[in-house]
Amino acid sequence: MSRPVPLLTAGGLTKAHGRTTALRGASVELHTGEILAVTGASGSGKSTLLHCLAGIVRPDAGSVTYDGRRLEGLPEKRLSELRRTEFGVVFQFGQLIPELTVLDNVALPLLLAGTDRAGARARAGQWLERFGVRGQEDLRPGELSGGQAQRAALARALVTGPRVVFADEPTGALDSLAGEQVMTALIHTARESGTAVLLITHDAQVAAYADREVRLRDGAVAALGVKA
Amino acid sequence: MIRMSTRHILLGLLATGPSHGYDLKRRHDERFPQARPLAYGQVYTTLQRLVRDGLAEVDGTDSDGGPERTTYRATDEGTRELARWAGEIAPPAPFVANEIFAKVVVAILSGGDPDGYLSAQRAAHMGRMRELTAVKAAKGADLATVLSADYALNHLDADLRWMNTTAARLTTLTAEVDAT
Repeated sequence: MSRPVPLLTAGGLTKAHGRTTALRGASVELHTGEILAVTGASGSGKSTLLHCLAGIVRPDAGSVTYDGRRLEGLPEKRLSELRRTEFGVVFQFGQLIPELTVLDNVALPLLLAGTDRAGARARAGQWLERFGVRGQEDLRPGELSGGQAQRAALARALVTGPRVVFADEPTGALDSLAGEQVMTALIHTARESGTAVLLITHDAQVAAYADREVRLRDGAVAALGVKA
Repeated sequence: MIRMSTRHILLGLLATGPSHGYDLKRRHDERFPQARPLAYGQVYTTLQRLVRDGLAEVDGTDSDGGPERTTYRATDEGTRELARWAGEIAPPAPFVANEIFAKVVVAILSGGDPDGYLSAQRAAHMGRMRELTAVKAAKGADLATVLSADYALNHLDADLRWMNTTAARLTTLTAEVDAT
C-alpha cells in the first residue's frame, strides 16, 4: 500500500535570524487529521519551523508544500488568504484582541472571510460553547482566566474550519490542570473534525497527546517517534 | 505495576461498609485499574490475617441467591490502623539505582552508544506516555483511571527530563568517566 500524500511538507528548511541560524535543513511531514508534536530544547528551531510551515515567514532555503501548492511561489495576497481560510494559529499567550469582547474575538476570522455579523456571532458562540467558555461571551479577554483565554483562542483558531491548526506552546503559560483542559479540548475537537494539528511544545506530557513526535536539535530533526 | 499494602487497601474498601471477598476483589480492580488484579486467594488470606490481628471481623453471611459468602467488616482497631497508615509519610524513593542511569554509565565505560540508547529509551517512554494519555483523555474516563494515569505520566516525565538533560550533558559526562 502506498503512503498517502502528506497535507503539509517541509523539505530542507533553512532560516537564519540575523547571525543566528534557527533551522538547518529541517524536514517534516504532516498528514490530514494527524496530530504531530514538535519538541526540542529552547532555541532548537521549533517556533521558526512553525512560522515557516504556516507561511508566516519565508525560509531562506528549502520548500514548504501545502495540499500540492508550493508556498514560496505564492504571492503575499494568496498566502494571506490561505492562512485565513485553511490554517488556524494559537500561540502561548492566546493573543486575543483586548479591546474586543470574547465573542467578537472568535467571530473576527469569519467577519474577515465575509460572513455576515449575525451569522459570525452565532457560530462563534457555538464554538465557545464547544470549548467550555460559556457565559463569558461579553467579557473582555483580560477578564478571563488563562485557561479560558486559551480555550477562546482555540475557538477562534477553529471557527473557520481550518484543515491545519498550528499551536505554539498553547499550554506554556498555564498550570497543569488548565493545560490539560486546553489539550483535551483541542484534541477532541481536532479528532472530530479531522483537523491536522502541529503542536510545538517543550513539555513531554503535552507532546504525549499527539500521534507522533518530531524532535528538533540545533535546527534539524533529531529523531522520529513511531506512532504508539 | 503498582505494589501496595493489600491489607490496608482492603481495610480502606471495608471502610464503606461490610463486604465479602469477591466484592472486595471486584472493587479493588475497579478502583486501581493500573494495579495488578488481586487474586481471590490473596484476598481471602489477607482477610483471615486481618481477622487474626483484630483489624476486621466476620459480620455474617450473605447468600444473595448464590452460594453462601462470609461478609467482613472493619473493627474499631482496624479503622484506627487505617487512619494511621493513610496519614503516614511514604519514604521518598531513593531512585539512585535506576536501570536507565546504570545503562548510560555502562555504555560510556564500554565505548558504547549512550546517545543512541537514550534516544531509543526516550522513544519507548514517549510511546508509553501516549498510551496513558489516550486512556486518561478518553471521554468518560473515571477519576481513579485519570489519577492512576497521572501518577505514571509524572514519573515517566521525570525520567524523560533526566534523559534529555543527560543527552545534553553527555559530552562532559563521557570525558569525566573516561578520566577515571
